[in-house]
Amino acid sequence: MGLPLFPPGDDPGPSFAALIRLGDSNRPAPARVDVGRGAVPSVAHGTTVVAMRFADGVVMAGDRRATEGNIIAHRAMEKVFPADRHSAVAIAGAAGPAVEMVKLFQTQLEHYEKVEGVALSLEGKANQLGQMVRDHLPMAMQGLVVVPLFCGFDLRTTEGRIFTYDVTGGHFEEADYAATGSGGRDARTTIKLGWKPGLGRDDGIELAVRALYEAADEDSATGGPDLVRGIFPVVATVTASGYARLDDAEVAQSFTSLVQRRSLGGGTGGGGS
Amino acid sequence: MTMPFYVAPEQVMKDRAEYAQKGIARGRSLVACVYADGILIVAENPSRSLHKVSEIYDRIAFAGVGKYNEFDQLRVSGVRHADTKGFAFSREDVDARSLANLYAQYLGQVFTHEMKPLEVEILVAELGVDGKPEQLYHIAYEGTITDEDRFAVLGGETETISDRVAEAYRLDWALDAALRATVGALAGPDRTLEPGDLEVAVLARGNGRRAFRRLGYDELGELLGGGRKTSPRGSRSTGTASAGPSDSDGGPLRSE
Repeated sequence: MGLPLFPPGDDPGPSFAALIRLGDSNRPAPARVDVGRGAVPSVAHGTTVVAMRFADGVVMAGDRRATEGNIIAHRAMEKVFPADRHSAVAIAGAAGPAVEMVKLFQTQLEHYEKVEGVALSLEGKANQLGQMVRDHLPMAMQGLVVVPLFCGFDLRTTEGRIFTYDVTGGHFEEADYAATGSGGRDARTTIKLGWKPGLGRDDGIELAVRALYEAADEDSATGGPDLVRGIFPVVATVTASGYARLDDAEVAQSFTSLVQRRSLGGGTGGGGS
Repeated sequence: MTMPFYVAPEQVMKDRAEYAQKGIARGRSLVACVYADGILIVAENPSRSLHKVSEIYDRIAFAGVGKYNEFDQLRVSGVRHADTKGFAFSREDVDARSLANLYAQYLGQVFTHEMKPLEVEILVAELGVDGKPEQLYHIAYEGTITDEDRFAVLGGETETISDRVAEAYRLDWALDAALRATVGALAGPDRTLEPGDLEVAVLARGNGRRAFRRLGYDELGELLGGGRKTSPRGSRSTGTASAGPSDSDGGPLRSE
């Protein structure tokens, strides 16, 4: 491997994805696997992730379960990642390609920042991720769908912003909150009922935790708090001071008090009532 | 009938070296040194946006002197190399030594085979972790690579600056002391460098995964502090030229 130097016409610029494509063009293309839709062997799927705005920025959370059909593939998978200092990305869908996409996205953002000397705008980051999702479309058509959720603190407008994606790479800015994955619908409803403008940090975290709890309650593919093994969802905030993942202890505390409130019969009750 | 002129290879190399040295000496110098928390890199550079010092990877920094477009191209290729390697393997597999070797090979190749050598001198610095020492790889225009463990000086008149740094150098000194000494060494006895004339960055433990950090104008002013009045470069016999508040700052550096 020599120094990657390019003649001006072939220079990939600040794009890492373009750089590795150039490197890949020297290698023989992998044999293309043509399988019909639905014929993909069972792969691990990540499930529910949520994001919402609060007073200082955004809070993002994701459960820890990955499933292969009706089997629990992983109990402690992480689905919420820092994308760079001021943004975070969460993933739902086929776990393998999703984690790979996050890795590429993280490298891309850092690569751009180092080559250009300035970080991309939040809008630019969201757009980059959209292009990666779109590049993944052929795989998605074969059943390996990856749907990320992107949020960050916009240093220009000084507010938290959230973007959702579809399989074609289309991305849409959400006003206040978003959720995706198999339990996304239930999580979204929970947030919808509890969200209000200017939510404080603790209230935001509590609501995110509650949304995941409700999603796990309704959706078998979403993992609830695992009190036996001490596995709790990943909760992170992105504010002016950057990405910060909450301590497990703080998340555990939040869940414990939630479960206690529920156990006393203060919740929405069980048995579909 | 024309005969091509015969030029002895020694002469060709000498001419090229002279050409490159002249180009490098036109620019201003740069000093990097190891201090208590990592590596400090100080460049004389009035520009705020055309950097001589930059980040390559988590613990690796790049610095160049000479022709800007030439060392910037090397910097970008270094970032590309490091990011590709880290992506293909693991972040911890990216190291300064292999990158420095690539730079050295490339510079050597250009020096011997191209019409014009690159008019650059570069530095690849790596912060040591897990008890490993800091590494400073100094690569010259013709591909000579030297490995320093205390400090490195790049650019023109390196000898005088090296002498000044060597004289002031202390093991495990603090950031402000190291900064004042290196700035003093760059400035020499007859000049004073203000924060606006400097580009300063550190690779410091405790900065998290990405150890590289630039020091801004205000922070530089603060760190240079009173030391700016008396030239802090150390033991020129006269010692305390202008007494006053700077006395205590200059103290530890002035000891011979």
